[in-house]
Amino acid sequence: MTSKVTTLGEAIAAHVRDGACVALEGFTHLIPFAAGHEIIRQGRRNLHLVRMTPDLVYDQMIGMGCASKLTFSWGGNPGVGSLHRLRDAVEHQWPVPLEIDEHTHAGVAAAYSAGAAGLPFATLRGYLGTDLPSVNPRIRSVDCPFTGERLAAVPALNPDVTILHAQRADRRGNVAMHGIIGAQREAAFAARALIVTVEEIVEELPPAMNGIVLPHWIVSAVAQCPGGAYPSYVHDHYARDNGFYQRWDTIARERESFLGWMDRHVLGSRDHATFLASLREVA
Amino acid sequence: MSDWTRDEMMTVAAARLLWDGCVCFVGIGLPSAACNLARLTHAPDVVLIYESGTVGTRPDVLPLSIGDGELADTAACVIPLPEVFSYLLQAGRVDVGFLGAAQVDRHGNLNSTVIGPYVAPKTRLPGAGGATEIAAHAGQTFVMLKATPRSLVAKLDFRTSAGFLEGNGARARTTMRGTGPQSVITDYGVLKPHPATDELQLAALFVGTTVDEARTATGWPLKVAATVETIAPPTSVELETLRALHARTREAHSRPVRLPA
Repeated sequence: MTSKVTTLGEAIAAHVRDGACVALEGFTHLIPFAAGHEIIRQGRRNLHLVRMTPDLVYDQMIGMGCASKLTFSWGGNPGVGSLHRLRDAVEHQWPVPLEIDEHTHAGVAAAYSAGAAGLPFATLRGYLGTDLPSVNPRIRSVDCPFTGERLAAVPALNPDVTILHAQRADRRGNVAMHGIIGAQREAAFAARALIVTVEEIVEELPPAMNGIVLPHWIVSAVAQCPGGAYPSYVHDHYARDNGFYQRWDTIARERESFLGWMDRHVLGSRDHATFLASLREVA
Repeated sequence: MSDWTRDEMMTVAAARLLWDGCVCFVGIGLPSAACNLARLTHAPDVVLIYESGTVGTRPDVLPLSIGDGELADTAACVIPLPEVFSYLLQAGRVDVGFLGAAQVDRHGNLNSTVIGPYVAPKTRLPGAGGATEIAAHAGQTFVMLKATPRSLVAKLDFRTSAGFLEGNGARARTTMRGTGPQSVITDYGVLKPHPATDELQLAALFVGTTVDEARTATGWPLKVAATVETIAPPTSVELETLRALHARTREAHSRPVRLPA
């Protein structure tokens, strides 16, 4: 049994290509910030980013010109306001135009589930009374063959790569996570390759019972990356830095302040530990 | 001169709409404060669900985001997000959806997507999130927003979530499970749908507000119900509970977080 354990830099270099469809999932909790920063450092371009709730890390990737398309259902800074870099891309095509494929949470959740199950599309009693189907041709409908009810249909989501952050993994690549887990399990099983960053790597995971375990044979690479979800959080490890989310509103509002911050803290740091150290310096 | 603010009155009026034991899907911001005030006063057994999958949560402080650790720590259970939308919402297991929005029209339809044209927006808003399906499938919805002619509008720039569609029973002819927005709580009072036309009309005013003020703050010619109730001011228990909740929240959110080592 070869180990799945590698470094984050090697995992991104091996699996994330220019033009790939990439989902860095996480619902407020367990957002893979370190992996997003490494993609920025490696200068990936033309990515099709997928995520239910693109937040700060997607704002950063979009603002740094990594993405040409975004599939999403809610794009904001939770409890704070706008994602200014996402808005600048949509409203002014800066730094590059961004095509958007916009859905609802229920629709993206269903599309990941269909992708995980190997089905071509998802059906749901959704998108009712909304204008979204009129602006997104990928939201269609299907008639139930049994009742005749008209239901919404969306194509399955099968990212080339899904990237997650979790509490721990073992050396074989089994991954355990707990707390708010969003649609990560579905995004993991829907993907062609799966990279997971973790707080710690252990010899053996405790019995999982109903905790979420992603089995080693669907995991492509595991990289230990303590603090890898910061400023998001990891249950039982560190808290969400709500103050940083509030400060981001000012940092990202103007192009110049955004680029200056990214240059100093992300591009100017060789890895996530250095990134965290650079934030401690200004704290 | 009252000893409470309009914001406080708005939150209290919204909280009173929830009944003990009801299952409520909570939006972030104003709805979150109202739902927790209800839980801390007259509705201790209300089941609060946030779309992060935290079910039956009892936060001591209000969350900044929809998925703060506080919500998971105090939840009865934390479930995967696809289950929230399929097993709970789509299957009809939620009594009330509590939503905010950037714009509401006269038939209670909501916009949280764009201001201006979709392809070339003046302002890109966050989008639908859970709102479209909450608005469709919760047994009923309550909507909270501050009233201005730019928020209560004759015509939406984009319909993100359904209220009563074009009115006159249009919604009832769809496959949406829920009965739609039964109350819109503003900072002057409460709008409710007309039973036949579904048009939102003034149903209740806060103490100290007037019909004229309500009309000025509304972007369509606001009709007035046959009887307009006056909503009782906040009780001392409601006010103290709400202020203590906000004080705890401010204290918790200003506490510095230690960077992970």
